[in-house]
Amino acid sequence: MIVNEQVAIDHGLKKDEYVKICKLLDRTPNITELGIFSAMWNEHCSYKSSRLHLKKLPTKGKQVIQGPGENAGVVDIGDNDAIVFKIESHNHPSFIEPYQGAATGVGGIMRDVFTMGARPIANLNSIHFGSPQHKKTKNLLRGVVHGIGGYGNCMGVPTIAGQTNFDSSYNGNILVNAMTLGLVKKDKIFYSKAAGLNKPVIYVGSKTGRDGIHGASMASASFDEKIEEKKPTVQVGDPFTEKLLLEACLELMAGDSIIAIQDMGAAGLTSSSIEMASKGNLGIEINLNKVPCREAKMTPYEIMLSESQERMLIVLENGKEEQAKKIFDKWNLDFAIIGKTTKSKKIELFFNNEQVADIPINTLVENSPMYDRNWKKAKLPKKNKIKKEVLKNLKIIDVLKKVLNNPNVCSKEWIWQQYDHTVMGDTIQKPGGDSGVVRVHGTDKAVAASVDSSAVYCWAHPLTGGKQVVCESFRNLISVGAKPIAITNCLNFGSPENDENMGEFVECVQGIGEAAEYLKFPIVSGNVSFYNQTKDEGIKPTPSIGGVGLIKNYKKMITMDFKDVDNIVLVIGKTEGHIDQSLFARNILDEKNGPPPEINLFNEKNNGETLLKLIDNNLVKSAHDVSLGGIITAVSKMCIKGKKGINLKKPKYLINEIEYYFAEDQSRYIIEVSNDNIKKVTDILNKNAVHFDELGTINEDQLFVNEKTKVSIDELITSNTNWLVNYMSK
Amino acid sequence: MKSSVITFPGSNCDRDMDVALKKFGFKNKMVWHNDAELPKSDLVVLPGGFSYGDYLRCGSMASKSKIMKSVINFAKSGGKVMGICNGFQILVETGLVPGVLLRNKYLEFICKNVFIKIKNKKNIFFKNIDRDVLELHIAHNEGNYFCTNDQLKEIEYNDQVAINYCNKDGKIEEKFNPNGSIKNIAGIFNKEKNILGMMPHPERMIDPSLSGEDGSLFFNNLINNLK
Repeated sequence: MIVNEQVAIDHGLKKDEYVKICKLLDRTPNITELGIFSAMWNEHCSYKSSRLHLKKLPTKGKQVIQGPGENAGVVDIGDNDAIVFKIESHNHPSFIEPYQGAATGVGGIMRDVFTMGARPIANLNSIHFGSPQHKKTKNLLRGVVHGIGGYGNCMGVPTIAGQTNFDSSYNGNILVNAMTLGLVKKDKIFYSKAAGLNKPVIYVGSKTGRDGIHGASMASASFDEKIEEKKPTVQVGDPFTEKLLLEACLELMAGDSIIAIQDMGAAGLTSSSIEMASKGNLGIEINLNKVPCREAKMTPYEIMLSESQERMLIVLENGKEEQAKKIFDKWNLDFAIIGKTTKSKKIELFFNNEQVADIPINTLVENSPMYDRNWKKAKLPKKNKIKKEVLKNLKIIDVLKKVLNNPNVCSKEWIWQQYDHTVMGDTIQKPGGDSGVVRVHGTDKAVAASVDSSAVYCWAHPLTGGKQVVCESFRNLISVGAKPIAITNCLNFGSPENDENMGEFVECVQGIGEAAEYLKFPIVSGNVSFYNQTKDEGIKPTPSIGGVGLIKNYKKMITMDFKDVDNIVLVIGKTEGHIDQSLFARNILDEKNGPPPEINLFNEKNNGETLLKLIDNNLVKSAHDVSLGGIITAVSKMCIKGKKGINLKKPKYLINEIEYYFAEDQSRYIIEVSNDNIKKVTDILNKNAVHFDELGTINEDQLFVNEKTKVSIDELITSNTNWLVNYMSK
Repeated sequence: MKSSVITFPGSNCDRDMDVALKKFGFKNKMVWHNDAELPKSDLVVLPGGFSYGDYLRCGSMASKSKIMKSVINFAKSGGKVMGICNGFQILVETGLVPGVLLRNKYLEFICKNVFIKIKNKKNIFFKNIDRDVLELHIAHNEGNYFCTNDQLKEIEYNDQVAINYCNKDGKIEEKFNPNGSIKNIAGIFNKEKNILGMMPHPERMIDPSLSGEDGSLFFNNLINNLK
């Protein structure tokens, strides 16, 4: 095939990018080389629109062992233990083929984690779907949930937490973000940097097929009506092979034969080989005839661009080949020596004794395009004036039931019951809480993890929204008694070529950075997914934040269920009555304008750290952060989980109860305290200048707003659990 | 007491079972599927997971693996064998216990706590347990027990039903059946009661910090009965 400008454009390259390639090579690339350039230079692999902005994020901290740039981030949790974690998107493939798209998303992120020598110990996910009324939503939801479960369950890794949202902006572009945490010894972490000349390059895992060719390019473009035709670009997963690959890799890693290891994810053999060589400042030579292929007559182009799953590339120490092969034979996996490291600083590919590619590595990596895209700053919307008569006509219990029944608030048990969340025998907080918690096997420590996004806030004001998501993650970890350590982010946006979408990206990243810096909650890994867009319409800006925290003694973990009758319930943090962009405003008042609630980082940190002090002193019985739906929704969920009721007191200020109970002011938590400890608790709160209100006392089984206004907890349970089950069974 | 847990490619509850057995005093050995010889054991456990990816049919390929010849001989000569979840699926594939395990009734994987009622205590596995109802955990996609009418008659005639799904008060009704199993059957024995296959995972309920502690009761009782 003759390569020309049109062929380059068909590969998703821009005209000037093609000109640059020809100039860098000082010739026209052949088709294999063009394929390699298109794979390395697409948005998904090169971060060409985002690199400039991501550089500004805080990535360092006392506990950070490895920040962005490796397969995953690594943090220190003491005693020579470290946690490896990352979140990644698999949005585009999941819309085209929900089961395989979601399954391979889970498989890919687990590979990123065990590539670094860590055994995966927990999975999480953040999934976003279109309006429940949209004709595709139900099948997409079912397919994605089956896919996530199908892969994670088979791997034997518990899925411990997640998030599911519905919003019409995802009608044409769903989001599937998968996160994995792994446990590793600090002195046994593996990296992707190759070193040494003439070291054997080893291919292990599944055979290479024709699936997933151009997957990364597909994920770097908007959708149109012909999107169904892209099905062949979706990879097909085999969790069984991945389980074998996991065990085989960990067995090999127990020894000292690996110099560098890299999984074949997006852009397959191309990006894995080039990344290893680039990081080691070396060249790499590969004989493509040695690559184990699933199908006959695969061309160099197909072999290099295939995104077949469950494959790894390893640079071994000389002389360790036989020993390594034995392990992969035991696990029935392919093992092939396909090349070696060289001093040429080029990638050189051979096929049938002919050289089929010869590209200097730096042209693919350092010289890849980087754009300073135009972007538009978002104005802070004006506050809405809510008419008091409107509020007066609302009955608080009716509103509460509607809120609990809302698709974005209701119980997601139908989903997480399909995920094995107890395998490995260390899950001490299962899905449905503020964070999932797993013990560090055989120790007193536990790791908490949560994944959050607040697309509505980010859409209303990206800077505030960006800050808010980080704070929400911080709060979810603290609510279970974990000290927040670090975060991973998955930045889902529309087209970077659109000024407004790009502005949303830039300002969300700025907000994330500011909050992460202030809260000492650095970003250690992540990915960017642009072009979540169908024709001209992009999704609401949706950064997903995966937070990880440590509980030093797992017996001090806190859950949200109310524990004992007569205990006192407090809300920590000030309630100003911010209604704009709240679930209440958007769904009950049908008011979609206005600014999101403000973030005060000082209060955020102070409230959170003070609560951790209380928990550490064993003064808190249960805790839950206040988020969607405000105080009364948070309290109801604690009632539902604990099968207890509450007698609420009339709020001291903010005469209007509706505003008090449904406002979404930030930095707030609900806590349960026993009568014996209430003085100690209020003293500590006062001493630390933390605002709090007493909300009420726990009773057997009713939620009382006042004498006349009440509802049974059983009724609230029904409101909270029915929606999803009914929706999926229709 | 010596126990052996078989690891098949794709097993994923093998470590959990190892942890549980050791916690209650067993000297446990992990045995690789490709070994020919079974170590001297008082109990052999086929753990949960997805042996051979559950391809073809759950448990089918594992039932033909090398070690299973020894396991089958051990079982036929009266050795105590327990198959949990995928292990139960492997047992039905070997024919050591009757019936089959179909896809769950609502075609979805289910992971949750359930109550089970102990139907038969005249055996090494449940003898001396002072309660009739236990809270255990299930996590499976193919736990829908099925057999022919003739088989069912024989199973009931020989008292081979080990446990049934029920509510916390021990009521066995269709609404407490999580997966569509015939007669709410959650576990069965062979005729001689030295082989037990069951879907619930006692090894996931051995610590008050986990979902519960009724698994501890099961293992404590089992090792005492074997002594």
